[in-house]
Amino acid sequence: MSNSTVFGYDSKIEGDVVVTRLDAAINWFRKNSLWPMPMGLACCAIELMATGASRYDISRFGSEVMRFSPRQSDVMIVAGTVTYKMALVVKRLYEQMAEPKWVIAMGACASTGGMYRSYAVLQGVDRILPVDIYVAGCPPRPEALLDALLKLQAKVQREPVLATLKKAPPPGPPAPALAPPAPAARPDVLQPA
Amino acid sequence: MSARDLAQRLRTRFGDLISEPVEFRGEITVTLADAERVAEVCQFARDELGFDFLLDLTSVDNYGEEPRWTVVYELYGLGHHRHLRLKTHVSEEKSELPTVTGVWPAADWHEREVYDMMGIRFRGHPDLRRILMWEGYPYFPLRKDFPLAGRPSEMPGVAFTEAAPLEGGPFVTAPGGRDALEREPRARGPER
Repeated sequence: MSNSTVFGYDSKIEGDVVVTRLDAAINWFRKNSLWPMPMGLACCAIELMATGASRYDISRFGSEVMRFSPRQSDVMIVAGTVTYKMALVVKRLYEQMAEPKWVIAMGACASTGGMYRSYAVLQGVDRILPVDIYVAGCPPRPEALLDALLKLQAKVQREPVLATLKKAPPPGPPAPALAPPAPAARPDVLQPA
Repeated sequence: MSARDLAQRLRTRFGDLISEPVEFRGEITVTLADAERVAEVCQFARDELGFDFLLDLTSVDNYGEEPRWTVVYELYGLGHHRHLRLKTHVSEEKSELPTVTGVWPAADWHEREVYDMMGIRFRGHPDLRRILMWEGYPYFPLRKDFPLAGRPSEMPGVAFTEAAPLEGGPFVTAPGGRDALEREPRARGPER
């Protein structure tokens, strides 16, 4: 490394001051690095892969880091047909995601069940998850998914982060229990105090 | 040796158990009279007739007729390139027949699917669980008396189902329609 490199305070870069609202700044951070959780369940997942590949390049919008762990994801992209066998798995993965979190229902099946009016298919993932953006198409083109991402970014930018931070969550119906009920206490087993 | 000759050899070995071969569009079908002996017939077909490949194993619901179930075996020989369809009937009260997993291991998942969708049990199957629906799902959805929209069911913490809105459906195609508008899938009530 040459001796001419300047370390420390640089007035040319750091001298400027930006004044903004904290809300806007936090949302700006959040919306430009929405890490997707690719919930690829059917052919929509192929278009999701195309969206992530070089031709459509989802990293232009800060969402190239597809995480297969719900703990590290911000937005779940439900791409494909949600069968009843998969439904509670999708719900469990969503519940494992850390707040704040968003959901994109990609394609006709994830939005409404699509052409599968049948005994095996959940008629829209919004029956179990709060969906933010619905994408039409069967499957949608990558441009449509990118447009949904931009719409989600606009939605994230509008969120009143600080106003809702200290408020209690709105009262709603309790979520259905995923775990089986705890077995009844057995008198022959020592219970922790 | 043609598929018809192979079917005749099956007939000379098992006699009246095997029906006269029926040809439809170049494909030979024989019917086995007693479903209890299907494993034995299949063993012979594989060992002596060279049908070493089970293409498919599926089932038909003849709802309203007796016997209700037809189990269909699609046999193929990779050595002689001949195809043979073997059918056998099972009554609804019994709903059980021997497995052929001992003859072709490929039959394992096919028999599980038939069990899952139709509720026909295969005696001697090494692992007869549901394969598409989950354990504990109370219906057999490919039976003719099961509605296309499904029925509600609930297994807390495991899975649930609801009836799908058909809105005048089911959505079916009408082959032979004059134009694409008539042929394409639309909600057609039972009156059509």
